[in-house]
Amino acid sequence: MDIKTPFTASSSGRSSPVSAAPVGAILIDIDHVDFYYGASQALHDINLKIEEKKVTAFIGPSGCGKSTLLRCLNRMNDLIDGTRVAKGQIKIRGIDIYDPSVDVIELRKRVGMVFQKSNPFPKSIYENITYGLRLQGRSNKSDLDAVVEKSLRGAALWDEVKDRLHTSGLGLSGGQQQRLCIARAIAVEPEVILMDEPCSALDPIATVKVEELIQELRTKFTIVIVTHNMQQAARCSDKTAFFYMGKLIEFADTRAIFMNPANAQTEAYVSGRFG
Amino acid sequence: MSALNRHILQSQPSAARRWEAAAVWLFRSATYVILLCGALVFGNIVFKGSKTVFTTTAPFINVAFLTEAPESLYVFEYQGKKREMGDREFRAFKAQHPDASNVKSESYVYSAGGIFPCIVGTVLLVVGSMFIALTLGVSAAVYLSEYATQGRVVTAIRLAILNLAGVPSIVFGLFGLGLFVIYLDWNVSLIAGWFTLALMVLPVVITASEESLKAVPKGFREGSLALGATKWQTIRKNVLPYALPGILTSSILGIARVAGETAPIMFTAAYVVRDKLPWEGLTSVSDFFFQGVMALPYHIYVVSSKIPQNEYTERVQYGTAFVFLMIVAAIATSSILLRNKLRNRYKW
Repeated sequence: MDIKTPFTASSSGRSSPVSAAPVGAILIDIDHVDFYYGASQALHDINLKIEEKKVTAFIGPSGCGKSTLLRCLNRMNDLIDGTRVAKGQIKIRGIDIYDPSVDVIELRKRVGMVFQKSNPFPKSIYENITYGLRLQGRSNKSDLDAVVEKSLRGAALWDEVKDRLHTSGLGLSGGQQQRLCIARAIAVEPEVILMDEPCSALDPIATVKVEELIQELRTKFTIVIVTHNMQQAARCSDKTAFFYMGKLIEFADTRAIFMNPANAQTEAYVSGRFG
Repeated sequence: MSALNRHILQSQPSAARRWEAAAVWLFRSATYVILLCGALVFGNIVFKGSKTVFTTTAPFINVAFLTEAPESLYVFEYQGKKREMGDREFRAFKAQHPDASNVKSESYVYSAGGIFPCIVGTVLLVVGSMFIALTLGVSAAVYLSEYATQGRVVTAIRLAILNLAGVPSIVFGLFGLGLFVIYLDWNVSLIAGWFTLALMVLPVVITASEESLKAVPKGFREGSLALGATKWQTIRKNVLPYALPGILTSSILGIARVAGETAPIMFTAAYVVRDKLPWEGLTSVSDFFFQGVMALPYHIYVVSSKIPQNEYTERVQYGTAFVFLMIVAAIATSSILLRNKLRNRYKW
């Protein structure tokens, strides 16, 4: 096997622990995972550790399994008939999330998600943000108001929408819609936010805003982002995993992946020779 | 020389062009024939029916026809004048004019009075059966498209439902007679009619509800689930509301069918004549469900084929048909308005 052992590569590459202990602690441990859609294997022996309060980027060509892996982390793949994790474990804070005792609802409260195609609900901005809280039975008006403001501020959207909280979320521009979805995700205060190509449908200016937002969110949340855009991975992530044909080819500090990749395939991809 | 002056795009007669013209005319005339048939049927009913329903003197509407029960019509000659009277009126007349008690009269059943009990019965049948059909149908559609694992079993169930749509309504009538009226011993009753009619429109409701559910973008479901919603919370708050306009559209068609069918109710719910209105003479709440009713389509059937035809019965036939059309149109219009309101609320 010529795949680098990811964790050793990453931990040795890490030199300056700036902040306190939780940063850099392992939050998600993906342990030798094989994943199948029916009979076809989509992920082969993925082994990867995601650190707390860091931005981890998954890159790779289409169909390489990066979105599949992301959707394993909050068990969104459960929605597709015939999918299964055939081997290995995914542990979050040491708990195997595919264990029968795990409540997938609780899992998804802790592991939020932002989708490729922004999907605000056809409700008002306010109702979009409070949707997750109302599910948890929170209905105190001032409590909800506070969360709406906090979440919208957190998603750098407050100033743009504060005067029209009760108009439809679909009336916003594409970039605003995506930030609304981020605000909606952070309103339920998850530990992890999964982002599945959050900027692929956005124009460059909206993309910059979302990327800036990711930089702010990293202080509070652990972020895993799937992206097609290598520059984006380089700009906003701490660690980068490169996938190809359902395999993890290389996982290391973002700087190392882009400046000094250890694997020839990684180098070919990040230098734009394929993919 | 003219051939030489032609440019390359000049149109020229050809077989293909003649076929084109013939085809267009065929389709056009077919459309107009259909239109003509529809106009004739509706025109006939509206023209003849409005003579019964509307009057030339204020209040311009034949109130008695809309608010009274059917009566027999008596036609007789009294003091050299031909008179037409309903049953009650005729008896009162005889009481007032003792010399008329032995007058020779001809009677025509159901040709006087009105059709109020039929209107009430039809409205009750439509409301009850649509309630049952929507509850059962939407639940089944939610199960089939949101919960059930897609596979052979579900495909077989879908196929069975589709086939149910092709079953003739008289078969539903017989089924209702066998199961509800006889086996469950509900007798000829509203509730037996409700379930029979509901079963008849279920395939339409289920199929259309499934289509409407599928039309709701997957992103709404995923977005909701990713926030920690259960499947049912997702469906209730973030899928069904958006599918409702489509479901209502299909149920409008269902309403027209439920209101219009005679065969399913003739064995299960409809009385030829009943002197009590559904809310009269009830001793308990359950009595309401276990009583037969008169219904417009069955009344039309009775007055057009079960009694001797003549100029006096025609008045009731067309009047009833006209009122019937108006009621179906009114129910359908209100559903359309409701649907449009919902549609504007949840636009995406």
